[in-house]
Amino acid sequence: MSVKTLKIDDIDIAIEEGATILQAAKEAGVSIPTLCHLDGVTDVGACRLCLVEIDGSNRLFPACVTQVAEGMQIHTQTPKLQEYRRMTVELLFAEGNHVCSICVANGNCELQNVAIAVGMDHSRFPYRFPDRKVDASHPLFSIDHNRCILCTRCVRVCDEIEGAHVWDIAQRGAACYIVSGLNQPWGSVDACTSCGKCVDACPTGAIFRKGTTTSEKERDRDKLEFLVTAREKREWTR
Amino acid sequence: MPSSPVQAQSSDAASPPAPAAKPPAKNHASGDRRFKALDMTMKRHQYKPDALIEVLHKAQESFGYLEEDVLIYIARGLKLPLSRVYGVATFYHLFSLKPSGAHSCVVCLGTACYVKGSGKLMEALEAELGIKVGETTEDGKVSLMAARCLGACGIAPAMVVDGSVSGKQSPESALDKVRSLQQG
Repeated sequence: MSVKTLKIDDIDIAIEEGATILQAAKEAGVSIPTLCHLDGVTDVGACRLCLVEIDGSNRLFPACVTQVAEGMQIHTQTPKLQEYRRMTVELLFAEGNHVCSICVANGNCELQNVAIAVGMDHSRFPYRFPDRKVDASHPLFSIDHNRCILCTRCVRVCDEIEGAHVWDIAQRGAACYIVSGLNQPWGSVDACTSCGKCVDACPTGAIFRKGTTTSEKERDRDKLEFLVTAREKREWTR
Repeated sequence: MPSSPVQAQSSDAASPPAPAAKPPAKNHASGDRRFKALDMTMKRHQYKPDALIEVLHKAQESFGYLEEDVLIYIARGLKLPLSRVYGVATFYHLFSLKPSGAHSCVVCLGTACYVKGSGKLMEALEAELGIKVGETTEDGKVSLMAARCLGACGIAPAMVVDGSVSGKQSPESALDKVRSLQQG
């Protein structure tokens, strides 16, 4: 396997061909904020938080779905990127109904963490206050679409790891939402195995276990990665 | 037969049952010719999952809209998850999940027509019918739709009622047309 050498924020790094910039950055110890990326499932480049600049191109590239190439000079923390990232997070907050104080994931929320990391203290965009639904028809879990950022982690976890493909994205544009089955209540979807992987995958408090209240949501994110390594490398110890 | 329980399980997984108690889609009770047309389209595409859009087109064409059991039938035929089929069917405006009305009324909202007041036309029609664009009246008589451009900019503002184009419409003349539809 051939190796590519590149520079990320002036740190030299060598990584095998086919790796993504995000993997290379992790290797180099450079942290790039992400929301839709989840170890163990495919990347889709949905959240646009991992955008990086590459010398020689005036485009921005999503690090999670861009493969490394020989001699790349990558910048992850330019003022332009910081500004865009902050704007992206502001748009996410303005898009849904994210009220931290009453959220199950308060204090344990990736959206919240990213907002803090990019220095967002308020949104410059008007809040949409969309009319979104809550589906509590499942005996164990609930989904509150108000807190959803459409990262599609639940969709990919359910499809790729559990293999049930309960979730998908319905509608388009501003009307998009996570749909279960044939637009059925979650509880009546036969494909659902009640495994709870979507709860662990959800970066916010959109999907949660019933009975958890404000700031009580806990996740076992490593479980997802463990399952993938167990399956692929046959390692059943964490 | 050691393999039989496994087989039973996998066939279960491949055919997600209908949400409501409906006859199994494979031998649809109606024995409908339209389902045969769907079968032919799916067969022509070798039941490949990536033929979903073509098959949905065929279904929309022969059924007029995509009913729940049609979507389930297609999902089963192409071996696709229900949520995926629903997602694709709702993404494209060409597909409709509700039956359209007996009469159709399309208002052109292209630039030329809009400048000539088709926005007002649409407002008047929405108010008269009590529905929003893209919807059908409750009695199932009239569907109100919008078009981007009909290519009839010379007769702006244009509307199409049941397939026939009429130009230079005013809110009054448009309302007259729609009222006669509702009576007919």
